[in-house]
Amino acid sequence: MSTAFSRRGEDASRRGWQYRLHLDAPLLLALIGVSGLGLMVLYSAGGEDTSLLVRQLIRLAIAFATMFAVAQVSPRLLVRITPWAFATGILLLLAVLIGGEISGGAQRWLNLYVVRFQPSEMMKLAVPMMVAWYLADARLPPNRFQLIAGGILIAVPMLLIAKQPDLGTALLIASSGFFVLFLAGLQWRLLAFLTAVAAAGAPLLWHFMHEYQRQRVLTFLSPEKDPLGTGYHIIQSKIAIGSGGLLGKGWLNGTQSQLDFLPERSTDFIFAVLGEEFGLLGVALLFTFYVIIVIRGVLIAVQAQDTYTRLLAGSLAMTFFVYVIVNTGMVTGLLPVVGLPLPMISYGGTSIVTLMAGFGILMSIQTHRKLLPT
Amino acid sequence: MPRPLTLKDHFLEYRLFTNRAIILLVFCSMLLIVLFSRLLYLQVIEHEHYITLSEDNRVKLQAIAPNRGLIYDRNGILLAENLPSFRLEITPEQVDDMASTLEALEEIIHISDVDRSRFERLRARKPRFEAIPLRFHLDDAEVARFSVNRHRFPGVEIQAGLSRHYPLGSLGVHVLGYVGRIDEQALKELDTSNYSGTTHIGKIGIEKTYEDVLHGKVGVQHVETTAQGRVLRVLRRTPPVPGNNLYLTLDSRLQAAAEQAFGDFSGSAIALDPRTGDVLAMVSQPTYDPNPFVNGIEFDAYNALRDDEKEPLFNRALRGQYPPGSTVKPFIGLAGLEQGITGSKSTTYCPGFYTLQGSSRKYRDWKRTGHGTVNLNTAITQSCDVYFYDLALSLGIDRMHDYLVHFSFGRRTGIDIVGELPGLMPSPAWKRQRRGEPWFPGETIITGIGQGFFLTTPLQLATSTAALANNGQIIQPKVVHAEQTAGSGELLPHQPRIGETITIKNQHHWDEVIQSMIDVVHGARGTARRIGEDSPYRIAGKTGTAQVYGLKQEEKYDAESIEEKLRDHSLFIAFAPAGEPRIAIAVIVENGGSGGAVAAPIARTIMDAWLVDNPA
Repeated sequence: MSTAFSRRGEDASRRGWQYRLHLDAPLLLALIGVSGLGLMVLYSAGGEDTSLLVRQLIRLAIAFATMFAVAQVSPRLLVRITPWAFATGILLLLAVLIGGEISGGAQRWLNLYVVRFQPSEMMKLAVPMMVAWYLADARLPPNRFQLIAGGILIAVPMLLIAKQPDLGTALLIASSGFFVLFLAGLQWRLLAFLTAVAAAGAPLLWHFMHEYQRQRVLTFLSPEKDPLGTGYHIIQSKIAIGSGGLLGKGWLNGTQSQLDFLPERSTDFIFAVLGEEFGLLGVALLFTFYVIIVIRGVLIAVQAQDTYTRLLAGSLAMTFFVYVIVNTGMVTGLLPVVGLPLPMISYGGTSIVTLMAGFGILMSIQTHRKLLPT
Repeated sequence: MPRPLTLKDHFLEYRLFTNRAIILLVFCSMLLIVLFSRLLYLQVIEHEHYITLSEDNRVKLQAIAPNRGLIYDRNGILLAENLPSFRLEITPEQVDDMASTLEALEEIIHISDVDRSRFERLRARKPRFEAIPLRFHLDDAEVARFSVNRHRFPGVEIQAGLSRHYPLGSLGVHVLGYVGRIDEQALKELDTSNYSGTTHIGKIGIEKTYEDVLHGKVGVQHVETTAQGRVLRVLRRTPPVPGNNLYLTLDSRLQAAAEQAFGDFSGSAIALDPRTGDVLAMVSQPTYDPNPFVNGIEFDAYNALRDDEKEPLFNRALRGQYPPGSTVKPFIGLAGLEQGITGSKSTTYCPGFYTLQGSSRKYRDWKRTGHGTVNLNTAITQSCDVYFYDLALSLGIDRMHDYLVHFSFGRRTGIDIVGELPGLMPSPAWKRQRRGEPWFPGETIITGIGQGFFLTTPLQLATSTAALANNGQIIQPKVVHAEQTAGSGELLPHQPRIGETITIKNQHHWDEVIQSMIDVVHGARGTARRIGEDSPYRIAGKTGTAQVYGLKQEEKYDAESIEEKLRDHSLFIAFAPAGEPRIAIAVIVENGGSGGAVAAPIARTIMDAWLVDNPA
């Protein structure tokens, strides 16, 4: 691929190693920082289990390798495969609904005999790509017809995933699509209208929710009502974070996490372990990394040279932020419990690979730019 | 792909995008501010609150039960102790194959179906890391067998605890009582914090009466636990304060002698030291072994005790209410003398029966041929009924009642064991109130010989006898001699509790009555002369035979033809040595027949055991 660029007269060597390797130093450093901090917290949360740590390390290695590989793919190629990726994703989602494997009460997995595959993960990238692709050549801001078409492109995969049911991923995918529309210049009036429709549709949504999802919302509204049942998670994670204080109880010394009071402490509630053992200071450090990542992502988007890459990069950066805020909001009791991991920190999941593939796309966008005449 | 032919304004689109990106970043910043406000609230403002909650989570309080105080007799012989008791516990998470483990265990330790089902029930309910008891009270052989095979049973442990044990078994059980598991009813009345580690509580007897003294104060340890309750370490420990030991007034050797003296008879005997009120022996026959009650007596065994016709569980000494029969005659006689109704020289002719004026009903003397002319001395010595019918009628029920009440007839003695009954000293007022009927003169007559409504407990009779021996000084009987603080070993004696002093109008009256009682035993015609013949000390006593079965007017009492249950109760009261009494006794032998023949020899055995072995 680099030969393709050379042919166009790009002098990669003149612009340093980042361009040769298609990596972005600030983004890479921040990602390594988050991963390092994450491994430390995970070691504590997992009860000093080294095998758990090794498995997470392998997963991180795969994720970073994926990121590196994706970064080599030029945006031009990405544009070309976008509709195919999206169509494949939709077909796979349908396949999951028909013959997917049930795990944890939800149909999310497709057994491809070699690997168990979650098509919804693929859609996290395919949806913003598709919407950006659709709007790439349009005159922005988009007109009403284009918005409705974009809305359908978002709604179809979202509903298919929500039906699995995987509300968290469905919301993430919807927001990634929404960010593309918003960045493309979605009219404020329309936005206000959509907000009103969403507010009016909330009771309807309630009607379509599964019992456990309703329970989560109720629990969020008043966790103390059911302290031993569904409210237990939130109560314990608030105790963990609150008791951590400014400086924390120290690494491996969090009583809430070490003595099993905190449920899901290696996965969705790992943020509470960080809050308990490293205090507000540790949380601030983590958010420094996160903010660097988001701002760097937005900068890459602003510097991007065409509409497709610009919209895609912006959406990926913002979706990452949504990821962070939904998880931390949930763990601190600001949002209802939605099963979303804390990006780069929580143990397990294929989501980390998808996430890093997204950063690979960002790096590709940044490092495949043409030199503009000064 | 067909595209609408519109020209893109790249600069405008760039500006639009940058604007939107800035708006989103501002929005993100606002969300971050909300999140960090939340974190500030949780981690700084409410920090103390959450620290407390997290400590509450982590630190659990565990109660440590205090060791129960021991009980000794007056000579320091152990009556109630705490023995190590071994139970077998299994921690499920450490056992790979529960079924084969249980099977292998069964070969060396007896496991009943009850044990097994309780184990399975607990196992289903408790976390896997918690040890669950399989068997309680392993015997030494089982402990030894398990210890040898221990390596075969990972996760199976023997735990030692303390269990109440009564080394002398049934001896003095009606005084000691026993402890048992705390049941729901007891739980309602308990100081739950002080009993949070305690499994057993005094159910009856001394164990119940002195529960507060024996129990001690609970200890506490602060332990760090996981969310599942697994204890990791002890953070702080406040040791429990053991209960105080008790030294009883009871002499276990005397008690044994007294219980043995009863043979197969049911009944009760009380021996008091008249000077202090010390209960030297308190017999209620038959007895039972309290040990099976400690950890829950088996159903069949309990039913057998409960349904036994001889009622071994019934505490006759405190709760048995019997007609005192002729044993009240010295008291009635004393009442007559002190009230000036009779004199030592006054005589009555006894033809063998007594009739009220204008009535044909005959009140029989036990001696059908009559005693002839009797005075107070001969009436007491030979237990002439007619003399006392006449005296009772002259005294009248009210004066009789008022005088006898001073001797604690019809009143609780106030002994320091729970459950005492008051007996019944009848009066016209009582009869009107309880039965709504007037008092009849005939009832006065039979009250004079301790029959009719008149009921006493053995303890009451002994207390009254002690007052007689004490020249009118009532002393409340007590069974606890001293308390011993567990820590310092300091002895805190229980002082004698002096009761009412009966006013003596004329010392000669007392001396005369007591002389008559000495003549009962030592006189040539005394009803208890058989026990006086070879006595090395002088005894003042009085026999009694209480009717259980009302004879018809012309019916003759024939012990052989009457069912054992309906035979007369045999009674005897006594104190000795006369002049310087050191022991006062009341004996009631149920369905024993005549007082002189059965109850008096038992009293003699008890007095011998005390006086001969404890010379003054």
